Amino acid sequence: MTTGIAQKRSTTPAAVRDDSLTRGLGWASAALGASQLVRPGAFARGLGVADAPRHRLVIAIVGAREMVAAAGLLGRPHPAWLWARVGGDAMDLTLLGRALKNHDGRGLRRTVLATAATVGITLTDLYAAITRTRKGKPMELRSSTTVAGRPDEVYGFWSRLDQLPMFMAHLEDVRVTGERRSHWRAAAPFSRDVEWDAETTDDVPGQRIAWRSLDGADIPNSGQVRFVPAPGGRGTEVHVTLTYDLPGGAAGKAVAKYFGEEPSQHLDDDLRRFKQVFETGEVIRSDGAPRGKRARAEFPQHPARPLSHEERKEVLT
Amino acid sequence: MKANCWVSPNKVEVNEVPDPTILNSRDAIVQITSTAICGSDLHLLDGYVPTMQKGDVMGHEFMGEVVEVGPGVDHDKLRVGDRVVVPFPIGCGACYACQNQLWSCCENTNPNAGMAEKMFGHPVAGIYGYSHLTGGFAGGQAEYARVVLADVNPLKIESDLTDEQVLFLSDILPTGYMGADMCEITDGDVVAVWGAGPVGQFAMDSARVLGAANVIAVDGVPYRLEMAASQGYQTINYSDTDVRSALLELTGGRGPDKCIDAVGLEATHGAAHVDLYDRAKQAVRSETDRPHALRQAITSCRSGGIVSVIGVYGGLIDKFPAGSWMNRALTLKTGQCHVQRYMRPLLERIERGELDPTRVITHRLPLAEAPHGYDIFKNKQDRCEKVVLTP
Repeated sequence: MTTGIAQKRSTTPAAVRDDSLTRGLGWASAALGASQLVRPGAFARGLGVADAPRHRLVIAIVGAREMVAAAGLLGRPHPAWLWARVGGDAMDLTLLGRALKNHDGRGLRRTVLATAATVGITLTDLYAAITRTRKGKPMELRSSTTVAGRPDEVYGFWSRLDQLPMFMAHLEDVRVTGERRSHWRAAAPFSRDVEWDAETTDDVPGQRIAWRSLDGADIPNSGQVRFVPAPGGRGTEVHVTLTYDLPGGAAGKAVAKYFGEEPSQHLDDDLRRFKQVFETGEVIRSDGAPRGKRARAEFPQHPARPLSHEERKEVLT
Repeated sequence: MKANCWVSPNKVEVNEVPDPTILNSRDAIVQITSTAICGSDLHLLDGYVPTMQKGDVMGHEFMGEVVEVGPGVDHDKLRVGDRVVVPFPIGCGACYACQNQLWSCCENTNPNAGMAEKMFGHPVAGIYGYSHLTGGFAGGQAEYARVVLADVNPLKIESDLTDEQVLFLSDILPTGYMGADMCEITDGDVVAVWGAGPVGQFAMDSARVLGAANVIAVDGVPYRLEMAASQGYQTINYSDTDVRSALLELTGGRGPDKCIDAVGLEATHGAAHVDLYDRAKQAVRSETDRPHALRQAITSCRSGGIVSVIGVYGGLIDKFPAGSWMNRALTLKTGQCHVQRYMRPLLERIERGELDPTRVITHRLPLAEAPHGYDIFKNKQDRCEKVVLTP
């Protein structure tokens, strides 16, 4: 079984090209940076902190940082600049937090207001960074397995889309809704169900089948399966490619991983179960891993001893 | 039901656990009439096989009577009331490995294949009572067991052979036989077997029936060497003899043509400093397995010979004599036994009286005394060679 993940890159991803939010944040950086560089003393007073040389220096440095971010966001837009703004926000909040902690009371109100405004800006930046990263980097998963059967038999199994939930862990249900149309329902990370309509984009009996979600899918996705005769009559190689536009792109993937969702491992396991179903008729259960395709729930494992009546009811339903 | 369960390293306990039930449509439930403790169970007991969990039911050598079958079981192959011996690796009979008689490498029966793949590169078959790396299947040191893909795996016993005559078809007899089979024994071959435990004894018997001119046993436990000597095999006690010189003397300076490692990852070494070296590395996990027997088998084998490994290894070893192996054109053959391949022909050999598996049994205990059985087997007490348990 082999899996690869490829993330497509381009200098200006579509998500930030001519994007009003990205440009707006760029201009905001420029305006803020300019005022910080030109009149750092006035800016310090506006923040409610003393107009000391040390404060002026810090504000000027922050201003220079803002100008760099503005140049990036306006000149060569990329989600990385949005993430840079998020990083800058974290720095600003740290500085303001220190200012609040050591405050002598004069202008405290202004400092509190400035902090509240920075929190609002941080949330805006985070929103922009997450949503704009999303569309720029579709995640591509590949895996393959070889099963004992002729390509037309194996193709026949896959082309019945309603059978996919038997072995694909995330899929709850696939219904064929028309010629080349189907409706898919899947469990997404964080126990949220997602649904979408898909169309079959390519269908060559015995060779390949491909589909793609239609507009409006929560997680736009597409997939392709190729059926290739293995050398020497040793069955059929099944090569699967899935592409997802994960919410949050790389960050979303990292978060999902943290919560135990490893996409490439899931596809490997899905194909392993496909092979089991095709060759033996069902997904093999053990006492330690009794949940069949719901393997995400197998860690930690049940001890390798028979299940009690209640446990059995829980895992088999 | 009662079952012998793993608790922690060096501790097993007979506990009350739920009765097994049908989980897959081709399952069967077997009421166990005889079960045994295997040398490889000691690796689990000692904590050298990762992924054991508290409460795991031990045991992969068992037989009994079918008391329930799932709705998907082919009735022409298996019915309630059949008397069966259950092979320890679970095969599917349909994948490339099973179709090519590589049953212990079945591609479908390990629900934890992802785990095994990370450890071994590719997964291995499910095995009863043998850690979660091999699937997390409850074992057969119990009153009942769930048998998976029951119309493919178990061997029906239709003659009136006793349990003791056929029980070892589940593992150690085919394992010993495969050790000899992999040696591709030809006329005049001298076969040396490291380890005179039950599997080693059966490897020696198998080498004899497959035509070896001479069989040599290497071990450090006197009563086990006596058992081998009683069958007419030559013996070398590594604790008081230099193995290499003894082998050279017994083979006119050629070295054994074929060598079988029936020891595996917990070998002990005659020389205290070498033993200490590997034990220390094992203790700090800088290697997981102690491969003395394997090293010695490789360096002892005559050039162009075959080294056949049926002793269990689980992880990594150091000081592998790759130079000896490569420069002297040795062939290394290995594998967990493909039991299903050998069960029927070996049953026939038992029926014809060519092999007598009962000869290794030294202790018969009730299941409730399983922990005691592990203790005497592990510590070589009371001349223990093989323990059969009766539920």
